[in-house]
Amino acid sequence: MSESTPTENMQAETIVPSIVPTVNVPAEDRTSRTADNLEAKGQSGLEARGVHAWFDKHHALADVSLHFPQNTVTGLIGPSGCGKSTFLRTLNRMHEFIPKSAMAGEVLFNGEDIYGSDVNATEIRTRIGMVFQKPNPFPAMTIGENVLAGLKLAKVKASNKDELLEQCLTRAGLWKEVKDRLKAQGSSLSGGQQQRLCIARALALNPEVLLLDEPCSALDPGSTLRVEETIVQLSQSMTIVIVTHNMQQAARVSDYCAFFLSDGGPGRLVEADLTTNMFSNPSDQRTADYVQGRFG
Amino acid sequence: MTVFTTPTSELEIPEPRTPWRNPAKSFRTNATTAVISAVVALLLYALTGLDGVLGWYVSFVIGLLAVVLVQSYLQKSKNVTDRVASILVSVGFASVLIPWISLIATVINRGRHAIYVGFFTHDMLVNSMDEPLNLGGISHAIVGTLIIVGLSTLVAAPLGIISAIYIVEINGKGARAVRFLTQAMSGVPSIVAGLFIYSTIVITLTHKNNAFAGALALAVLMLPTVARTSEEVLKVVPRDLRDSSYALGATQMRTTFKVVLPTVRSGLITATILGVARVAGETAPLLLTSQYFVRLTTNIFDSPMASLPTYVFGALRTGTELSMARAWGAALVLISIVVLLSVIARLLSGRPSGRK
Amino acid sequence: MKLLPVSDTEVSPRILKVSRGTADKVFRGVVLAGAMFSVAVLGLICAFLLYRGFEIFKDFGFSFFTSSRWEAAADDGSSPAHYGVAAMLVGSIVVATIAVVLAVPFAMSVALYLEYYAPQFLKRTLVSILDLVASIPSVIWGIWGYTILMPHAMGWSKTLNHWLGWIPIFKVPVPIFERSPFIAGTLLAMMILPIITSVTREVYSQAPRDQVDAAYGLGSTKWGAIKTVVLPFGKSGLVGGTMLGLGRALGETIAVYLVLNLVFKVNFHILASVGGNVASMIATKFGEAGPYELKALMAAGLVLFLLTLGVNFLASAIVNRSKKIA
Repeated sequence: MSESTPTENMQAETIVPSIVPTVNVPAEDRTSRTADNLEAKGQSGLEARGVHAWFDKHHALADVSLHFPQNTVTGLIGPSGCGKSTFLRTLNRMHEFIPKSAMAGEVLFNGEDIYGSDVNATEIRTRIGMVFQKPNPFPAMTIGENVLAGLKLAKVKASNKDELLEQCLTRAGLWKEVKDRLKAQGSSLSGGQQQRLCIARALALNPEVLLLDEPCSALDPGSTLRVEETIVQLSQSMTIVIVTHNMQQAARVSDYCAFFLSDGGPGRLVEADLTTNMFSNPSDQRTADYVQGRFG
Repeated sequence: MTVFTTPTSELEIPEPRTPWRNPAKSFRTNATTAVISAVVALLLYALTGLDGVLGWYVSFVIGLLAVVLVQSYLQKSKNVTDRVASILVSVGFASVLIPWISLIATVINRGRHAIYVGFFTHDMLVNSMDEPLNLGGISHAIVGTLIIVGLSTLVAAPLGIISAIYIVEINGKGARAVRFLTQAMSGVPSIVAGLFIYSTIVITLTHKNNAFAGALALAVLMLPTVARTSEEVLKVVPRDLRDSSYALGATQMRTTFKVVLPTVRSGLITATILGVARVAGETAPLLLTSQYFVRLTTNIFDSPMASLPTYVFGALRTGTELSMARAWGAALVLISIVVLLSVIARLLSGRPSGRK
Repeated sequence: MKLLPVSDTEVSPRILKVSRGTADKVFRGVVLAGAMFSVAVLGLICAFLLYRGFEIFKDFGFSFFTSSRWEAAADDGSSPAHYGVAAMLVGSIVVATIAVVLAVPFAMSVALYLEYYAPQFLKRTLVSILDLVASIPSVIWGIWGYTILMPHAMGWSKTLNHWLGWIPIFKVPVPIFERSPFIAGTLLAMMILPIITSVTREVYSQAPRDQVDAAYGLGSTKWGAIKTVVLPFGKSGLVGGTMLGLGRALGETIAVYLVLNLVFKVNFHILASVGGNVASMIATKFGEAGPYELKALMAAGLVLFLLTLGVNFLASAIVNRSKKIA
């Protein structure tokens, strides 16, 4: 984790670009990722202001301010232990489930602090969805029940459940594969399908923001590709924040990148910029070292 | 969008907050709910046939649930089930505490009257159960319990630990079966253990009731506890430790005795103490084997022997006010011993049983 | 470095065998013998009780299980001895069932409270207290049950009988509420609660964290997460723990002896002062039993042993399975 000795750990995440398939996304989607286009997406959406996080006495994350413009994908990158997952969990109040945790700062969602005293945390989590590292469909439920589980858990009423089911699975890119076995157990799917099922499950509540915590780290390259396609498709209609260990993945799916690093103390935000700038012309030497695989 | 950050050393670190916990607010809400519920409970108590402390408790719980339901309805809250569930879970927990507290309080409260110095130094040879409390004592029962439980530990602890060594260290073909059977053995009813020893040892061997038979009956009950706890303890020893011992050319025997067992010594002591605590209060098997004897004796073969549980039982059966007081007194001593043993076992193992 | 030519002969795996020295062979032999001896106790119990009680099974056959009479032969020889455990078996099951029915909901709520509701700083202490309560001797539960619980429980019995007396099991032929199966069952419920709770709590504590997170991430409340993830996951643990508790309740002697009126009559009126269980019957009759009655007691002991062993086998199988899944 120490940046002072980059050469020692450089193989840790050495990547062979030719093996990793490129994302097959329509050209018009890709071209939208220009500086002008993105800046025009405005100042609403999700914004963190001076966020700190603690686990008991351990100060895990310090002073992160970051704005996530609407309908963009932001990649959070950095070596393990830099606080990027912790930061992600502060964005929809999942952080507080860890015993003895604490935080400071504000997270503004459509201009309102989600840590305000009158805010209903469970309602926030329905509007800011989350997908976790390991695919985790509920084992006691069928595929269909899994997708609609959120409605039951958050006590949201839906007028047409079948329609919603199809729509969510389609958006998650899973409809064709599972439409004939909606009654099968969620655990009968492959790892990649399970993860897309979990995305569909999050979509059923129609969240405005989707947080993804290393969604592909447990998947094979083929499944990773499908999930990445799904993410890019979804970013047409929602704001996405994705934590990833994989530089190529960040380059492929994200519009913005934020680089986190811990110098032994709490994790800090080192640099955030358009992904193209981050990879071609980073302003911080440590960012350059990391994105080029010199440490991590 | 470049971010300029201050170095960590110069960073002003704000006070950690926990906005999800709001003690003042939740206290206000809970206090209001409790007060209204108490009023409702008062009405219930007055209007229905509920009586006594338990009547109060039940009407308070009903009141609480009613108030929460009304509150949730008024606030149009979606989380009615969640609130009701958390109340039911907490109430269930609190209800379970009531008998525990009552039992401990009663034993201490009633038992202390019987206790005086002589209670620990006299036996009941010249006194009967319903004589005044300043006559006679339980020295014979204490000594008897020590002897019987001590003997049974001598038998059960080595066997239990050997079973655990077989399951974990040897891990042979029969390991699963041995494990399963020791588990099943922990469910042998204590009276059956007594009958078994009576039918083998007392009838065929010694032809009279004695402490030796009592100790064996307790050993049958103690063995599975020792075996299962030791097994848990041995499993915690990392494989590397054994491998590195083998790599030094040690035999399995030397590895077990010089590396594995010393590593878990305190754990095995804990296992033994838990076994002792498990059987120290057993009554039924002793009624069939060592029975009860009024006099302090150390003869384990030729005469019956008193023990604390059988003393409590005998005093209880006598049924007079004074004998009941003696029963409570001996119960206080017995429960203190058992609790003390359990506490020592937990302190030695350094964690509450279950997980870390 | 040069590649060697590939041999074209068939490759057969070489079996690796651990060779052990004499010392190790002796060591393993001794440990094996010790373990086998420990386990053999189960078989010995079965064999000896069968041996001692065989005459009874031969004399009475199946009627040992169907008859409720337990009478020694009259001194003048006018009536022969007759032994049957039907009433006691039914009594054991009735009392144990009451205990389990009462204990399970509370055990569940204690397990859930300890794992998901208790404040962190209290949790460790509470778990230790639970373990301590589990080690309270049954004779002490008995004396407490007799003096403290029974007066209260008689009041509850009257209330139950008053309101629900039209249901057959709550009927009482004679209005005596002392030492009834209901009281014995209530006391047993308190005694078996710690074991059910600790098994259940352990399984609940292993409920997958990531699925609980997933539920919360979907805007679930705490109860929603418990209902969706924890309870389905812990189902077999709860069943296994309950079976273990049932085994304990079936075999409990002294506490039941003190709070249950022993009557040799099949009785399903749980509030009436009529009941019994095999274990406490053995303790009651043992003192004054002649040689022939002793054999009947051994036979009854065997029945009790096999019954509890069956329940415990089932329980350990279920608990082991639930732990393996976890």
